[in-house]
Amino acid sequence: MIRVAVISGKGGTGKTMVTAALAEILPGTLVLADCDVDAANLGLYLSPETTGSEPFMGMKKAMIDPETCTSCDTCREHCRFGAVVAKDGNYQIDPFRCEGCGVCVLVCPAGAVALHDHRAGEVISSRTSRGNLVSAKLEPGEGNSGLLVHAVKARAVRDNPDRDLFLIDGPPGTGCPLISTASGTDAVLIVTEPSVAGIHDLERVVAVCRRFKPRIFVAINRFDLDCGHAKAIEDWCRQQGLIVIGTIPFDPAVLSHAREGIPVTRDSDAPAAQAIRSIAERLQTEVTPHGT
Amino acid sequence: MKLAVASGKGGTGKTMVAANLAAVLAGTEPVTLVDCDAEAPNLHLFFPAVSTSRDVTLPVPVINRELCTMCGKCAEFCQYGALTALADRLLFFPELCHSCGGCMLICPDHAISEEKKRIGSVTLATPARQLRLITGRLDIGGSQVVPVIRAAKEAAGPGGNIIYDCAPGTSCPVVETLEGCDACILVTESTPSGLHDLRLAFNVTAKLGVPAGVVINRSDGNDQPVLDFCVEQDLDVLLIIPFDREIAAIQCGGHLLAREQPAWEKSFLALWQKCRALTGRQAP
Repeated sequence: MIRVAVISGKGGTGKTMVTAALAEILPGTLVLADCDVDAANLGLYLSPETTGSEPFMGMKKAMIDPETCTSCDTCREHCRFGAVVAKDGNYQIDPFRCEGCGVCVLVCPAGAVALHDHRAGEVISSRTSRGNLVSAKLEPGEGNSGLLVHAVKARAVRDNPDRDLFLIDGPPGTGCPLISTASGTDAVLIVTEPSVAGIHDLERVVAVCRRFKPRIFVAINRFDLDCGHAKAIEDWCRQQGLIVIGTIPFDPAVLSHAREGIPVTRDSDAPAAQAIRSIAERLQTEVTPHGT
Repeated sequence: MKLAVASGKGGTGKTMVAANLAAVLAGTEPVTLVDCDAEAPNLHLFFPAVSTSRDVTLPVPVINRELCTMCGKCAEFCQYGALTALADRLLFFPELCHSCGGCMLICPDHAISEEKKRIGSVTLATPARQLRLITGRLDIGGSQVVPVIRAAKEAAGPGGNIIYDCAPGTSCPVVETLEGCDACILVTESTPSGLHDLRLAFNVTAKLGVPAGVVINRSDGNDQPVLDFCVEQDLDVLLIIPFDREIAAIQCGGHLLAREQPAWEKSFLALWQKCRALTGRQAP
């Protein structure tokens, strides 16, 4: 199974739109994952039917038993995350700040603190016309997005081991969730935009990806909004030995298809659809067993 | 006023709104702009200026192999798998460490001390007379973004006008940024993804008790679903910025809309005043 993650660095460059559009037209059997676990949008293009879900247990959270607590303040002194809140002698743990390290449990002389399992979100399996999709919902304000990304990918592979292609819609950013998304992939397709911010974040995300050694492809979305910066990106990629796999023009069809909840490549000869078809063809040649 | 600019969905225009608000406000009163999108900070691109930088570090354990008796208690204690006891040695994985200090506390042989490990930086600049820019930046390959955001907020100090540019998403980097804020602008776009993620982001501001208002960016006039959501949740629509290729080009080029099209200066000043008005209201 070939594994390709669509990522970006900067948010809003068009990762999800491109992932959905590619899923629509890439040949072979697919399994899909939405690893933008904070704000999963891939399903908005694919009309998924939920087939199951399982809870995601994130970091444990500490809780103080008010009956046993002697308000000695030892826990608050030792907590490095500012998670112990003392109000009028009543001690409580702020679950947003608690990282489940267990230090408060360790140091409490009264045995008043314990770690409890904590449901931080869920992993959702669904069916789409192009293959199964695994996505997630992280409860607002939760941490551990990297772990949840890992759980989504693991589930997708476990339940669909025999697919030709594992196509992943990644999160924005360059930190833990992105690292978790990109690790173990054969290739990443970085969708960027022709802006100073797009270029800046492209450089950062490439630097992160180089630690894993997937093949790196770059697609410039909405390139005609600023051809000068689009060319700067192409020049930079060439200098870095990175393949610019395609450029997609700004196209009102992208928005109209999104509002209808379908990929732009469905029944469409719109310029963006044509550009993504070329990208799909090129991607196939580059990453399929015959192409590599 | 401490004002956060968040969104849920990436790329809706948080940085654009934060940058222009700060630039315009600095014309009349001092303001600090804090880039809390520490995985991919972009504000500095709009305000080129000489800057100074300092490290953000986290304490990580150092094991004294002479004193260590391989009892394995530290590995057993660690909730993150950062310490693993093999038959003949202890392995430490710094990228998994949360710097809680627990291993040091539990070691019966006092074999664990700590050293500082750099995870990122905080950069300070003064691009204009009444404008300070503070940028939190996670090191490439780093995984602990929340401490970097915390350090950036600390560098901004507690008082005065502060505008925080949030990361996209709804998880702990956003919560860290929002904590302690008086109000939050939720920037959205009139697309199904924009609205979907606006709902999630609004959940976070509501959970934290931070009053919020909405800015619709890149509007093509078909904003009804977002407007309906705002009515349903009693959210003020503070500003609508139309889709316009010229505005897009200004943003792409790293320029400020309020400078390139001065008519927008009034709109951003009005936005600031509307956010002030939000702080007087109860959060849901």
